[in-house]
Amino acid sequence: MASLQGYVDRRVLLVLQDGRAIVGVLAGFDQKSNVVLSESKERVYSMEEGVEEIPLGLYLVKGDMIALIGEIDDAIDQAVDLSSIRAEPIPAIRY
Amino acid sequence: MLIFSVFKTLTDQRVTVELKNDLSISGVLKSVDQFLNIRLDSIKVLDETRHPHMMAVKNCFIRGSVVRYVQLPAEHVDTQLLEDATRREAANQAKR
Repeated sequence: MASLQGYVDRRVLLVLQDGRAIVGVLAGFDQKSNVVLSESKERVYSMEEGVEEIPLGLYLVKGDMIALIGEIDDAIDQAVDLSSIRAEPIPAIRY
Repeated sequence: MLIFSVFKTLTDQRVTVELKNDLSISGVLKSVDQFLNIRLDSIKVLDETRHPHMMAVKNCFIRGSVVRYVQLPAEHVDTQLLEDATRREAANQAKR
């Protein structure tokens, strides 16, 4: 089973269908891969300026909106200076 | 169901998953479920300079519904067997 069990209480990166990237601590999930994130922040990428982090707080994300969930390696994440990163936003899912 | 079984035989192999947002991720296939959701370990995003978003991500869960292609290691797939199995399944479904 490709379950999300191993990600509970870890910091994760959520990539949504519309291309948004949200980081937060995985508080819980269910069968339909609906997830609850605590201390979540959206990371807004652009070519003009560094990554902007927008605090969102506690978030429930519907499973159908999720494209990918990745476990964040905190050591690497903290070593990265977000304000120096210029990148196109992740494209939206196109069926 | 057949493809689910095929993926199960491929666990611990390195595969490349192309998503419907044009992201390509290669990694070691750790597990698959009935929705063809995929768990990958030791992932690498192809074209990392253009996609630095996942720099700190080492393993991930990909929703089956956003997968466009999965590139399989040819040496670990018995194509003849797969061909036979898929045709048998198609024939069975036609009968029902």
